[in-house]
Amino acid sequence: MGAEFVALSLSPLLIGVLAAVTCALPGNFLLLRRQALIGDAISHVVLPGIVVAFLLTGRVAALPMMLGAAGAALVSVILIEAVRRTARIEAGAAMGVIFTTLFAAGVLLLEQSDTSGVHLDVEHALYGNLESLIWLDATGWSSLLDPMALAGLPPELPRMAGALVIVALAIAAMWRPLAIATFDEGFAATLGLPVRAIGLALVMLAALAAVAAFDAVGSIIVIAMFICPPAAARMMTDRLLPQVMWSVGFAILSAVLGYVLAGYGPLWLGFANSVSAAGMIATVSGLILGATMLFGPCRRRAGIAA
Amino acid sequence: MVNPLSSPRAVSRTDGVVATTPTPPPALEVGGLTVAYGEKPVVFSVDMAVAQGTMTAIVGPNGAGKSTLLKAVLGLVKPLSGEVRLFGLPLSRARDRVAYVPQRASVDWDFPACVIDVVLMGLHRELGLLRRLRPEHLARARACLARVGMEDFASRQIGQLSGGQQQRVFLARALAQSADLYLLDEPFAGVDAATEKAIIAVLKDLRAEGRTIVAVHHDLSTIRAYFEHMFLINMRAIAAGPVAEVFTSSNLQRAYGGRLGEAQVAGMQAADAAS
Repeated sequence: MGAEFVALSLSPLLIGVLAAVTCALPGNFLLLRRQALIGDAISHVVLPGIVVAFLLTGRVAALPMMLGAAGAALVSVILIEAVRRTARIEAGAAMGVIFTTLFAAGVLLLEQSDTSGVHLDVEHALYGNLESLIWLDATGWSSLLDPMALAGLPPELPRMAGALVIVALAIAAMWRPLAIATFDEGFAATLGLPVRAIGLALVMLAALAAVAAFDAVGSIIVIAMFICPPAAARMMTDRLLPQVMWSVGFAILSAVLGYVLAGYGPLWLGFANSVSAAGMIATVSGLILGATMLFGPCRRRAGIAA
Repeated sequence: MVNPLSSPRAVSRTDGVVATTPTPPPALEVGGLTVAYGEKPVVFSVDMAVAQGTMTAIVGPNGAGKSTLLKAVLGLVKPLSGEVRLFGLPLSRARDRVAYVPQRASVDWDFPACVIDVVLMGLHRELGLLRRLRPEHLARARACLARVGMEDFASRQIGQLSGGQQQRVFLARALAQSADLYLLDEPFAGVDAATEKAIIAVLKDLRAEGRTIVAVHHDLSTIRAYFEHMFLINMRAIAAGPVAEVFTSSNLQRAYGGRLGEAQVAGMQAADAAS
């Protein structure tokens, strides 16, 4: 299966894994801060962001779309904060209001604009196009050492890898303040830690992860990976660093298992076509969460001590 | 003879006698402090001074602004007006001399951390962003746990602790900061009797070491036994001074209004005197 695997499956598989891990890392802290929905919000508002970028530039290119998505993410974070403060709406509700409104506006924009000729639609936004990120220049495993063939890798792969490096390094660098501010913000502030900047930095990292992952794998995976692997990891351990490690493991497992099941599962069951890899990856991550809820060693919550 | 000109600030003269120890600045000094949430003032024009090496209870009815006063001192809420000085310095220059023990209910104890992780947070100033955790850091965190009688719980998940044990972990985290001023918000709220005893013993030890304790406290029956000074507040400062002088039925009446009958106060004082 060597040559065929390298050309058709290696690249989407790697992109899926990178996207899953990039989203799961900040997801751990968002979950502990009860901000898990912010990942949901960001990944939805990415749609109006890229539509606006497309309308302004008139073409589907990576850079303007990334900038448009990042801009939309920033706008949504500001709007959520504004709604929460001025309307005194609870944070989760404020996020729900903003991201559904902006996503709906994005759908309307998309319908009104002339995007029929380009690959830009709501379905793409939701499921991504993981299966299409193939590596046509590959002829086998040896292509990994061939600079000519490597140049033909889908650009999503290095982009996603770069996002992962940035997110991982940033979280490692601010690990201690981030952990303290997440557990006890008041105490963190008395230490002189910039708690607001820390919170904003985390949201920006989440936005980076969502925007980078969105184009390759769609918002379904982004939302699932922000929440499912960290939540499942919490059931496996009672300490923060192991939780983050478990979440990375679950993210990788979801991506690999989901990709394989989407490609071959239906064939094994006798169906003719494979199913959406993004949908299957998200489904697998949900099933993993379900399994850890039933069998995880640390699923008891506080106050129900044995 | 000491030449007074050699260190003019450190030496003061009274009646020709050279005193080499000037009075130290108060550990905590608050002037004209007003804090409001929205339109409603919670703390109004409060002045307060706490001498170094003393133990003070902040006392008042629910919603009197006790916790808010502490938070304003720590810069956690922004006051509308007023000034706070710690050891004669603004907060930004005195942070590492202050340790804060928040209300236990202010955090989510389901956070994935064990007891020693929380105590190590008190060493953050030394550990910083990336410095390696060394055996001596762990040893110090363990010693702080031992001081509150929790050394056997170092690797227990914090959510599995009782309320009293959680409170002791918070105190151990503050001990790890080795501060000069300890600000505690309701350290005895909802804790068992053994914890209350352990905490007050630690606080009295700290005072004996010359450190300053300020605690929001709402159990009127233990004030005399635990504290030497008290600060009575109900949005405005009602009275401040040694407990013996401030803990009077008329002062309590002014702070608590009709909520505290004179008979209750008298009964409490009698019970207090007997204990």
